This record gives sequence, C-alpha cells and structure tokens, in this order.
Amino acid sequence: MKSYRIYLEFVKGLWKQNPVFFQLLGMCPTLAVTNSAINGFSMGLAVIFVLVCSGIVISSIRKLIPSEVRIPVFVIIIASFVTVIDLLFKAELPEISKALGPYVPLIVVNCIILGRQESFVSKNPLLPSIADTLGMGTGFTIALVILGSIRELFGSGSIFGYQILGSYFHPWVIMILPPGAFLTLGVLIGLINKFSPRRT
Amino acid sequence: MKKVAIEEQQKKFFLSVSPHIKDRLTVSRLMRDVIIALVPIIAFSVYFFRLRAVELIITCAFVSVISEYVFLKLRRKKLPRESSALLTGILLAMVLPPGLPLWAAAMGAVFAIIFGKQIFGGLGYNIFNPALIGRAFLMATFPVLMTTWTHPFTLDTLTGATPLGLMKFQHQTTSISNLFWGNVAGSLGETSVFAILVGAGYLFVRRCIDWRIPFFYLATVAVFSSITFLFNPMYGSPLFHLFAGGLMLGAFFMATDPVTTPISKRGRMIFGIGAGVLVVVIRLWGGYPEGVMFSIIFMNAITPLLNRYIKPKILGGR
Repeated sequence: MKSYRIYLEFVKGLWKQNPVFFQLLGMCPTLAVTNSAINGFSMGLAVIFVLVCSGIVISSIRKLIPSEVRIPVFVIIIASFVTVIDLLFKAELPEISKALGPYVPLIVVNCIILGRQESFVSKNPLLPSIADTLGMGTGFTIALVILGSIRELFGSGSIFGYQILGSYFHPWVIMILPPGAFLTLGVLIGLINKFSPRRT
Repeated sequence: MKKVAIEEQQKKFFLSVSPHIKDRLTVSRLMRDVIIALVPIIAFSVYFFRLRAVELIITCAFVSVISEYVFLKLRRKKLPRESSALLTGILLAMVLPPGLPLWAAAMGAVFAIIFGKQIFGGLGYNIFNPALIGRAFLMATFPVLMTTWTHPFTLDTLTGATPLGLMKFQHQTTSISNLFWGNVAGSLGETSVFAILVGAGYLFVRRCIDWRIPFFYLATVAVFSSITFLFNPMYGSPLFHLFAGGLMLGAFFMATDPVTTPISKRGRMIFGIGAGVLVVVIRLWGGYPEGVMFSIIFMNAITPLLNRYIKPKILGGR
C-alpha cells in the first residue's frame, strides 16, 4: 500500500500534473533552451538533479526550519545544488554549458523547484518527497525533450543531432528563434487540451 | 380576425435597440470593394512580374481559402459568407517578393489564416493584420528567400536590391518616376505607387476607408523624413520615402483594416503618427531596410490600449 502511494507520487508528475503542459511552471527555461533536443535534455537533467537533491535535504530537515524563514532557507539549499551542477557542466560539458548560457544558474529561481519544496517536500517524509521531485523533474525533462525535438526537427531538420530531413528540406529559421518556442508550446498545449479527456 | 389585428399592432409598435438607421455597408460588401480596389495593383504586378505574379496570387488566394475551410470544418464551425480569406490571400501575395517559391508562399498563407486569424476566433477577433502576420512569419522563417528580389521583367534570372536596400546599403537613389510607375525591384504589389493610388481612390469613393490613418501615416513619414533629410541628405528625400517600399500599400490597404485599428478618430490619428515614426526610425536606423510591416504590426498590438484610453466624448457628457 505504501509503495503504491509512492509510485503514484512519482507518476503524477510525468503527465497528469506535468509541470510544463498542465501547471505551466518553469516557462523561462522551457522557452529559452529548447532550440535543440540535446539542450532541452541536458536542462532537464540539471533540473532533476537540483530538484531531487534539494528535496532530500529539505525533507530531512523540514522540522528544523522555522516557517517564517523557510523561503530563504529553501533558496540557499537550492542555490548550493545549482552551483554544483553549474560548475559540473562547465568542467565536464563546456559546449552544453555554453549553449544553455545563464539558464543553468537561473534554475535557482525556477518555480517548479521552489514550488515543489513549498507545496510537497516541506510537508512530507523523505521517500514520497524523492518520488514526487523525481517525477516532476522527469515530467519536465519529457516536456523539454518533446519541445526541443519538434523545434530541432523543423528548425534544422535533425533530432539529437541526427539528420532526419534531407537536403530537400528548407529549415524554418523561426523554429530555433524565440517565436518558435512560443508557437510550438502554444500549439502543443492547445492540442493537449483539445484531446485530453477531462474538459473544463 | 382578432389575431391578425394584434399582429398588426405589434408591427406598428415594433421596438428594437439601436442602431435604427443602417448603412448598406456590410462586411461582405467591404471585402468585395477592397478586392476590386486591388485589381489595378494586381494588373500592374502581373505586368511587371509576369507569370510569377499570377502563380503567387493564385497560390496564396487558393491556399488561404482552403485552409480557412479546413480549419473551420475541423472545429465544426459555421463557414463564413464573406470572402475575407480570399482578401487575406491576395494581400499576402501583394507583399511577397516575386522570386519566392510557391510552397513557401503557401506556408505563409496557411500561417496567416490559422495563426493570424482563426486562432483568435476568426474575422473580427484577430489582433494583427493576418496578411502581415503571414509575411512576418515568412520573414523570420526564410530570411534569405524573403530578401531575394528580382527586377521587373527579368523573371528569376537576375537578382537585385530594392530601392530602400540600395539607399541604405549602397547609398544609391532611385528615380522618382520609376518609383511612381513601379519599374523597380520589390514585393509584387508595392512597387507601383500609381496603381495603389488608383485603388485607394476607389476605396475613398466607396467610403470603405477612413482618411485619418493613411493621411497621418504618410504625413508623419513626410515630415519626419524631411527633417532627417535637412540634417543629412544621405537619408533620402521625403518624396523617396513616401514612394519607396511598401509604405503606400501599407497605408491604404493594411493600416486601414477596420478590425485591427482603433475605433475612435483620435485613436486613428495616434495610430497613423506612431506607425509613421516607426517606419522612418526602422528605415534609417534599424537593421532592416524596410519597416512598414513592423510598424503596422506594432501599432496593431497597442490598438486595444488606444481603444481603451481614447474614447470619444459621449453625447451630453462633459
């Protein structure tokens, strides 16, 4: 029974409460770094790392944090892990780090991370917290990879760097520019709303 | 017998909310008149760019109508009776470079209808001019194709620069008579000032457009470019700025769209002045040689704001 609950906490973030498509959180990296699938994927991995690590720490010390200063405490913990992943990217994957630009440090103010800590982790024990943050992070990564793949496919004719459309294809430059992010996300959310079973 | 009498009475005392006096101007008549006004411009573009013009106009018009039909069918909405999609298609073709491949023009038409108009709820709800949205989309999607120009009569063989491009990047001026008759490189419908003035005259005669936006738009461009011309003749004369590029077409056919421009008279004045300033600023100091499209789209974006804050005085109000 308990493991089933943990499973549910994990699964809800994948699609049903997907942070990008249904909660519309974390729009800044969603729109900014999805100009290729690999950029979206690495951004997602960075967010999973920060989300889960800060979730573990905050969930374990949640009873020691006075509720008046909880936000600064959360931000400091999140910022420490963001610094870790930022330095890691710079050292190990300098190209990705360059492509993501300021958006890795900006994970500190990503509302998915602060939102999960505030609404779930600070009220729940360790295991459900890990499941929840892992699920939300994975859902975020899925959304970013979908967006990045669509934009890369139309913007440069490839997905994850593999050329799919041949030389007959004329790249749609708009898709790897900021307007392409807004158009793709808007169309995707519109289609999801149209075909999702619960219509409100 | 009695029932008939009551019906007679009801007819006599028939009440309805205002307006009580109606003009014969309807949406479909307006659309038809604008299409008629475009005929001289279409004729000149066919004369200058031959088969390319015919192909582009037919492609854009056909794809526009079809994509509106398909979109409305998919959403199970009623089909419109007016020919606004046809008009959007023709207007889009008028602002495309003659060398553009047909598939790119078709993409622009689909985007103009679906993302420029239908996404917002169809005619009357669109924020931006659909034809200009189609062009802006193509401009951002295929920047190279959209800035490759062909000279009139040469058909795909020679590429050249538009008069504005020549002035901006090579500091060459183009003769005013060529600009007036349209024997220059440029988008299909924007080259001939003469044809546009003929079409605009028809629109004024049929009272399809308000004089304020075109007047203040062109006047602002004239005044602003005269000032810059006095300071530095390199910037081009005011007459050149009025006749070159898409200004005339934009002023009479794009900036007068009743849906995307302010309702009030003062609002239209501000719309014209704002668009005029933007055109000159973009042409002289911006990255692009031409700024008519951006100026109109930008002013479209602030039209709801103008409608909200600039309201005409209510009769009897202080």
